[in-house]
Amino acid sequence: MKKRIMGLALGVITAAAFGMTVNADELIKVGIINNDPSESGYRTANVKDLEETFTEENGYDAQFAYSLDNAEQIASAQKFIQDGVDYLLLSAADVAGWDTVLQDAQAEGIQVILFDRTIDADESLYAASVVSDMAKEGEMAIDWLEGQGLDAYNVIHIQGVMGSAAQVGRSGALDAKVDEENKEEYDENWHIVAQQTAEWNAEKAQQIVQSVIDSGDEFNVIYAENDDMAKGAVAALDAAGISHGVDGDVIVMGFDTNKWALEELKAGNWNYDGQCNPFQSEYLVDIIEKLEAGEELEEKTIIMDEKGFDATTITDEDIENYGI
Amino acid sequence: MSDMKKKTSAGGILSKLMRNQIFIPLAALLLLVIINLIAGPSFFKISYSANNAGNMIFSGYPITILDFGSELAILAIGMTLVTAASGGQDISVGAAIAIAGSVMLRVLCGNAGSRPETMQAPIIVAFLVGCVVAMLFGAFNGILVAYFKIQPMVATLILYTAGRSIAAWINNNELPIIKEPVFGYFGGTIPGIPIPTPIIIAVVCMIVTALVLKFTTLGLYTQSVGINEKSARLNGLNPTFIKFLSFVILGLCVAVAGLIKVSRLSTINYSVIAKDIEMDAILAVALGGNALSGGKFNMVASILGAYVIQFLTQTLYRFKVSSDALPAYKAVVVIVLVVASAPTVREKLSSLMKSRKSHAKEVG
Repeated sequence: MKKRIMGLALGVITAAAFGMTVNADELIKVGIINNDPSESGYRTANVKDLEETFTEENGYDAQFAYSLDNAEQIASAQKFIQDGVDYLLLSAADVAGWDTVLQDAQAEGIQVILFDRTIDADESLYAASVVSDMAKEGEMAIDWLEGQGLDAYNVIHIQGVMGSAAQVGRSGALDAKVDEENKEEYDENWHIVAQQTAEWNAEKAQQIVQSVIDSGDEFNVIYAENDDMAKGAVAALDAAGISHGVDGDVIVMGFDTNKWALEELKAGNWNYDGQCNPFQSEYLVDIIEKLEAGEELEEKTIIMDEKGFDATTITDEDIENYGI
Repeated sequence: MSDMKKKTSAGGILSKLMRNQIFIPLAALLLLVIINLIAGPSFFKISYSANNAGNMIFSGYPITILDFGSELAILAIGMTLVTAASGGQDISVGAAIAIAGSVMLRVLCGNAGSRPETMQAPIIVAFLVGCVVAMLFGAFNGILVAYFKIQPMVATLILYTAGRSIAAWINNNELPIIKEPVFGYFGGTIPGIPIPTPIIIAVVCMIVTALVLKFTTLGLYTQSVGINEKSARLNGLNPTFIKFLSFVILGLCVAVAGLIKVSRLSTINYSVIAKDIEMDAILAVALGGNALSGGKFNMVASILGAYVIQFLTQTLYRFKVSSDALPAYKAVVVIVLVVASAPTVREKLSSLMKSRKSHAKEVG
């Protein structure tokens, strides 16, 4: 009896293995290296999007590797190269250290496509990269803010982890605006009341804003470089009895379009939320299809379309479509 | 003659004070107070006004420092015990807070998804489950350290590395949000009570700790194990169990701090919640003048050390030190304080005082 079951099980396994090998010939083999989904809401949405796109039904044999550690990511890349994948999709934890492994990939005829993050390597080592333009996100937000036509802009600027692409891009836009305004003698109405890094941490943002409130300095804009930090800032405003959002005393701005953040926007508690598009898979699929068909890519670096949402115009559809 | 006598006694008090462990954190606190006073007395202004929920609360810099220093002060209690008993530190408390907080939110969300309209379990149940889980993880660290004799920093490195992933896994990688305002009371304010709740929780923890240290032999046993494990055993103590116990107590502190942390914003972010708090907790113990190699400890000094760190952070915010320079400023202050509070430096100082005193006597 036991033997029979064993035999049966063995049969099933062989059949399954056989079935897989038959299928695998038609599927495009991709190895996807990403940061760990627990990193942030952005990453969770990003991972989910990729996992839902690169499936067997859609014609892909995909392997995924997640790590926040560059060395571990490189080890996964080497494994994927040995497995003989057709495409290597990469969101690197760190910009440096990728030359050797990408040269190996090139030698094996594997096409590398970067997404979300760029790396410090020669352009010839990868086929394309799909990225967000963080500086543009910042500029869009600042343009929106300028459009509010306030008499004076006293801004509390809460920064992300210093040196990260999102921080550099989003801070750059505000810094440039303040510099520009203060150059003109007649129009000195943009001021930074406080500029501190909360390292993407909501609670640190709460402390920073609380500290400005304690100091008694006047402010009417909170420019937080992500949703979590905007949430922390709002908690401090609530504790101090300061009104915020639409028709409030303080304008609240965030980034990343988390679903809950867009709901705050819709409820009028916040004023603006800038998108950082985590849905790269449609761009990636497009690139792979072109490469499979032997077409030339028009551009090596593809910048994604991104939106900014205003509390007064946001709709439930927006929340559904763009919330992460 | 009487004048002379007065002088020596004053010097005696000073040297006695300087030899006391509590001197360094107190001096640091005083220095920060003076610096802030010079910059403007508005620092100590406390106002009484309504928040957006319509409740009257106290606010101002001193309140903010006490409020946001609460978690650190609570952790400093457990970290002091672990340091004293094991002669090492637990570097996994930040990750353990993520786990405890995640567990509490998981219980509150139940099966109603990650954003339930109402809580699916009473908060006390969630808190108790969080306590049990945090104490189990503490026990895990404790077993590695006490029974397998692994260096505490190495043993707790395991949880330090894996903890935040475990926390994310508990909630299926989702970021839960509790919508009911009741849950926010623990990290905010309770209607009708004008003091932020974290301050009250921290004070309760301190009172409990003081009572335990006064009426049980925990403090004595912990110190004897830390000073000399062998002689403690010869005197009938069980050093293995005492070490293990200290980690479990730290686990309880972690759960309380975790409740405050997740309650502050009624949500969690696994990768940043309580980030680097382990380093601040260890620093609090060091600032309190406690030897990081274990043995004798002074709980009050550790707790004061925790508030000094928060005071420093708040002062740097107040002076609008730029983001790039903030860690550098903090590092300089920390180096000065830690060097000044190092046992060897204190011994040197007090012996210097003594020799001067005896020199003065000879002359007299």
